[in-house]
Amino acid sequence: MTRLVVVGNGMAGIAAAEQILKHAPTFAITVFGDETHVNYNRILLSSVLAGEQSADDIVLNPIDWYQRHAIDLHLGTRVIDVDADGKTVTSDDGRTTAYDVLLLATGSTAWMPPIAGLDKDGVFVFRTLDDTRGLLARAAPGVKAVVIGGGLLGLEAARGLQVQGCDVTVVHLMDRLMERQLDPAGGAYLQERIAQLGVRVLVNRSTTAVLGGGGVDGVELADGTKLEADLVVVAAGIRPNVELGRRAGLAVGRGILVNDFMETSRPDVFAVGECVEHNGVCYGLVAPLLEQARVLAATITGNRGAKYEGSIQAAKLKIMGVEVFSAGAWEDAPDAAPVRFEDPALGVYKKLVLRDGRLSGVILVGETADSHRYMEWLRTGKDLAAERRHLLVPPPPADPGVDVAQMPDSATVCGCVGVTKASIIEAIHQQGVNTLSQLKEATRASTGCGSCTGLCQALLKAVAPDFEEETRKVLCACVPFTQEALREILRSQRLRSVQDVLDIYGNGAGCEVCKPALSYMLDMRWCGDHDEDRSARFINDRVHANIQKDGTFSVVPRMRGGVTSAAELRRIADVADKYRVPMVKITGSQRIDLLGIRKEDLPAVWADLGMPSGQAYTKGVRMVKTCVGTDFCRFGTQDSTAAGIELERRLEHLYTPHKVKMAAVGCPRNCAEATVKDIGLVGVEGGWQVVVGGAAGKSVRKADLLVTVETTAAALEAAELFFQYYREHANYLERTYDFVERLGIEKVRKETVYAPAPVKAALRDRLRKSKARARDAWQEGRTPVNPTQFIPLDPIDQLNV
Amino acid sequence: MTNARWIRITSSTNIPPREGRPVRLEDGREIAIFNLGDRFLAVDNRCPHSGGPLCDGIVTGASVVCPLHAWRINLQTGAVDRPGGAACVQSYPVRVDEGVVLVEVPDRAAIAKQGAAA
Ligand code: SRM
Ligand SMILES: Cc1cc2nc3c(=O)[nH]c(=O)nc-3n(C[C@H](O)[C@H](O)[C@H](O)COP(=O)(O)OP(=O)(O)OC[C@H]3O[C@@H](n4cnc5c(N)ncnc54)[C@H](O)[C@@H]3O)c2cc1C
Ligand code: SF4
Ligand code: FES
Repeated sequence: MTRLVVVGNGMAGIAAAEQILKHAPTFAITVFGDETHVNYNRILLSSVLAGEQSADDIVLNPIDWYQRHAIDLHLGTRVIDVDADGKTVTSDDGRTTAYDVLLLATGSTAWMPPIAGLDKDGVFVFRTLDDTRGLLARAAPGVKAVVIGGGLLGLEAARGLQVQGCDVTVVHLMDRLMERQLDPAGGAYLQERIAQLGVRVLVNRSTTAVLGGGGVDGVELADGTKLEADLVVVAAGIRPNVELGRRAGLAVGRGILVNDFMETSRPDVFAVGECVEHNGVCYGLVAPLLEQARVLAATITGNRGAKYEGSIQAAKLKIMGVEVFSAGAWEDAPDAAPVRFEDPALGVYKKLVLRDGRLSGVILVGETADSHRYMEWLRTGKDLAAERRHLLVPPPPADPGVDVAQMPDSATVCGCVGVTKASIIEAIHQQGVNTLSQLKEATRASTGCGSCTGLCQALLKAVAPDFEEETRKVLCACVPFTQEALREILRSQRLRSVQDVLDIYGNGAGCEVCKPALSYMLDMRWCGDHDEDRSARFINDRVHANIQKDGTFSVVPRMRGGVTSAAELRRIADVADKYRVPMVKITGSQRIDLLGIRKEDLPAVWADLGMPSGQAYTKGVRMVKTCVGTDFCRFGTQDSTAAGIELERRLEHLYTPHKVKMAAVGCPRNCAEATVKDIGLVGVEGGWQVVVGGAAGKSVRKADLLVTVETTAAALEAAELFFQYYREHANYLERTYDFVERLGIEKVRKETVYAPAPVKAALRDRLRKSKARARDAWQEGRTPVNPTQFIPLDPIDQLNV
Repeated sequence: MTNARWIRITSSTNIPPREGRPVRLEDGREIAIFNLGDRFLAVDNRCPHSGGPLCDGIVTGASVVCPLHAWRINLQTGAVDRPGGAACVQSYPVRVDEGVVLVEVPDRAAIAKQGAAA
């Protein structure tokens, strides 16, 4: 057995180990990592910081992977010395370990620029999971954060902190953001977008000092400006970790020098990843490291032959709604022909640089859908004479399968993990892959930055025999994003009005499909503290009544739990007389409908009724039907009437993705049909069953059991958790019966009633916030949002003057 | 002889951006006036499908979507935006003068003539 010692439990080291084990499972591997975690996807730290993923979600190799391969793993242990002649390494726990082959995969470290005060408490770098956790512990709404460095990493850190509610300023030394990836015009477009997110950007500014006593309280710039700061992130660049390479006597430049076979200057010592320098280049992205790892594995296992000939550097910014892609050599030069497209209104800037009729570099800002096409041209050096007219605006493919069909088998689909079209097709055939999740599991494709999801989807569609679409369609042509993507855009950005969203992400006009959907999403995102735009809502929501076939409206007052009183009934009767209501009807939901009321009479009708709106006209909280329960019924085991009324009180006046109908019954005889409601409380001996996702409308579906609890308080809490979860995660116009079916009740349980306490608290907290802002819509009868909300215009001139 | 005349309807602030409002004239016609943000447009307030109140629709670009069954009507031309649909509603010239919205409607003589012809 060959003893292989790997220093560095990071992405390159473990990728190399995986490849080596594929070639030769006979290697006895020892891994040293000075972080305390198993190998995780460092790329996704940005998502962890933004709260989109948890630390668990980004694990690449769980502990049992190490065990399965009998890897001797030393976490939290740093290798401090190498004796290349004696072939041992020494670690900081005092241990000496012998090797036959040594692999250095030590990555890099954040570079600390010469700024005074970087040792203060509150100064962070953004490199490891621990750094990220430290940042998350500090980041909170209102916290002032300064990010030093406006490159990829700095911007992703800034965005993450901003999503956490921090007030963020990016200070950048150069004249534009991401100057290593973008030309001045591209940088300007990016800066505009970033500013739209609500992140402040200062370019051409050098930071000279971090201010404060023990902890940070500000930073000072060279021009004397002082910025307040509670936390500072330094993202000014990285430096390869070459110290161990030096100690091993290897030739070292900026990084540890390697040749095309990934060999260093000593036969038994290898290096891979960000710590190496190949052909004068140190790479700081994952795709090149994985290519290196493959070549290295061949060499180390005695299959020397495959060569590493360098990688085309391609970078993507992972900020939702701020699409940036850059690859190759895009600088202007005498022998280069630039081709540009820009549209400031759309925020789109594209530049291709051609040399000898072939693509040499590309910059895309604001729209990166074509990045794969360009990467392919870069990689293959394709002669573009035939494409000349369609360089920047490709002819739209007749069907998405066509693009995929045109890709050669060797084309890389997932750049992060390095998965080719051929290997995806192989997985589909050999492992019976039919869904995107299965594909992710089988090939790891699309588990990195996620930008190849569309391509993977298209491939699945084209190849998999039983392809199942998982993601939903785009909302509509006006804002061509899936609802999930839109929720994410809204979550991370400061857009507060439908018109803003349409202007920035859509066609500016919107339609009857997207406007109400966006209205809802904004309401939900801001817990009601958004800029309400009535023009974006259906007429029912502008005047809080249901439009009828003749243009009149129906009025259904709230009658909590279906319980009313003689006084209320008398007022309803009086209103029916006074306004000559054509029909008074008991509805299917235990309340009373007054049909055929003129719009201009609505405010007066509401005032006379003196009852709150029953929201019968909107996607919102309808009623909670109840049965008579313990109060009167001989079988009742729970006070369903009181529980139903309380539930209605807690949720009324809130908007939801689709209508939410509820019921509470005192025993499983189910007299108020709780098991076919969106949320039902079913009394049982000693407690309640809370059921969700039921329906007896267009679809008939028996509700799933969410949880069984002992007290009414616990039942109400479970209902609230589900309610808020549905509000935040369902697509607009998706009833709970589709929602629960789509997610599966297990997932719903896991993320509501079985979720960790802080997650539950956060759900309830957002519900409370929304509820605090929600109000009975019929109060607008007294204070209309505009003078003509209910009344027709009264012409100034008459015809016959 | 003039065939049409301009009628002052209301202060432009009475019609919020991207919304419509109805106005009934003495001759019985009901017009829906829309504020598109940068200009005002007007059509008869009756959907050609089944009489829906167009003033209550959602505005999309320079069209309105009827609140009853979602027919889409172009506010400039009055044409219905649906395959093969030749149906049309009457549209009216609109202008804003010193903050007041004016609509040009056929005058009474013209109306009388129309009535006689019908
Ligand atoms: C008034 C009422 C019928 C009645 O006279 O009893 C009624 C009337 C309408 N229902 Fe309903 N539904 C009424 C109870 C129901 C029920 C029974 C219930 O709530 O227990 C159901 C089945 C349960 C359910 O929804 O899960 C029901 C399933 C529907 C559906 C099918 C929903 C689905 O996804 O399955 C629609 C269409 C929709 O929402 O897309 C609908 C839509 C409508 C609309 C709003 C259609 C519309 O958009 O104009 C009707 C309004 C008539 C009007 O002009 O006011 N109504 N509707 C009931 C009002 C209840 C209330 O007090 O709020
Ligand atoms: C926030 C963030 C976002 C990123 N986003 C992208 C992206 O979108 N796309 C992309 O391609 N790349 C991205 N990168 C870069 C990418 O993560 C790195 O290129 C990649 O992780 C480098 O792999 P590596 O194995 O060489 O180094 P690392 O992953 O850093 O692994 C090196 C490991 O070795 C350990 N180590 C070092 N010295 C010793 C020692 N003496 N003893 C023991 N252990 C030691 C280190 O602690 C570390 O755990 C991102 C990086 C960060 C930090
Ligand atoms: S379901 Fe049970 S509690 Fe409700 S009315 Fe029927 S018997 Fe009574
Ligand atoms: S009445 Fe307008 S669409 Fe039916």
